[in-house]
Amino acid sequence: MAPKQKTRNPELIPGVHKVSRSQMYHKRGLWAIKAKNGGKFPVHAKQEAGAVVEEKQPKFYPADDIKKPLSNKRKPKPTKLRASVTPGTVLIILTGRFKGKRVVFLKQLTSGLLLVTGPYKVNGVPLRRVNQAYVIGTSTKVDISGVDISKFDDKYFGKQVEKKKKKGENEFFEAEKQEKNTLPAEKKDDQKAVDAPLLKALEAVPDLKAYLGARFSLKAGMKPHELVF
Amino acid sequence: MPFKRYVEIGRVALVNYGKDYGKLVVIVDVIDQNRALVDSPDMVRSQMNFKRLSLTDIKIDIKRVPKKKTLVAAMEAADVKGKWESSSWGRKLIVQKRRAALNDFDRFKLMLAKIKVTAAYNICYSCMLPEFVQQITI
Repeated sequence: MAPKQKTRNPELIPGVHKVSRSQMYHKRGLWAIKAKNGGKFPVHAKQEAGAVVEEKQPKFYPADDIKKPLSNKRKPKPTKLRASVTPGTVLIILTGRFKGKRVVFLKQLTSGLLLVTGPYKVNGVPLRRVNQAYVIGTSTKVDISGVDISKFDDKYFGKQVEKKKKKGENEFFEAEKQEKNTLPAEKKDDQKAVDAPLLKALEAVPDLKAYLGARFSLKAGMKPHELVF
Repeated sequence: MPFKRYVEIGRVALVNYGKDYGKLVVIVDVIDQNRALVDSPDMVRSQMNFKRLSLTDIKIDIKRVPKKKTLVAAMEAADVKGKWESSSWGRKLIVQKRRAALNDFDRFKLMLAKIKVTAAYNICYSCMLPEFVQQITI
């Protein structure tokens, strides 16, 4: 940002300026402008106003005045991440079919959801989106510098648009069943590509792999509000 | 059962309530029936109700209301910190603090270690058991 322009005449108290009218006249150099112009202020020729075009009345206009909705220029931002949730953190998922699983956080997507992976070989959690609200951030961090996650965004996880097929009813049902059950090979390869460097990083720390493979649960005597995660 | 720990000048006490919870302080003067003037190297000398103090076994040799420097020197000479940390009460508190500060991964590693220990114990016990049984039956 450019530094603020120094005001020539600061307001000391609301309504009271530092410099008087005559002093301001001198400060602004109006005497010099007048002197240059032979004792008068310079006068510029008036700008020619463009020729006034008469607007034609439209042929049709609605009988009643339609109300225009108020304009909304709000641009939603992705949710603010908690301080404990940074790329490479181990998170504990609290809801859904993977509840209790300890999982590695990769990055936040533009929708605000967190991109997360098991890794799949360790605990069965694939590349998945997870909401920050249903997650506990632990203080354990994994090194994810070797992982390339630039290609993953919300579209990758969207529902696949199925091509319409014009077939007879029976054939249609069969075809659907066959297609839905298998995961495309491309996604499996993506999973492997992301997990390979992660597994190396996990093996560097003793017990970390076993830690991610185990589920979290509250045992007797554990008070969640007193636990340090 | 007579009392063993007395409120006296130089008695080291543990604060068990309030802002200074968990600190070791020295009773430097007695104000009245309920309150003592209390001091520690890392706090401003202040008054505390006896109900906030738990007396320890440690006592140091000081005169009534010593200067801060004298107090610190006396505490060093008596090695209050060392005595406290080697006492069973002091050790228990240290262990409690350490356990409270464990993070999730540490708790997991602790669980694995415990399993190892009990496995080793069970092996040892099960090999020794036949011997014991023999001795008992004989």
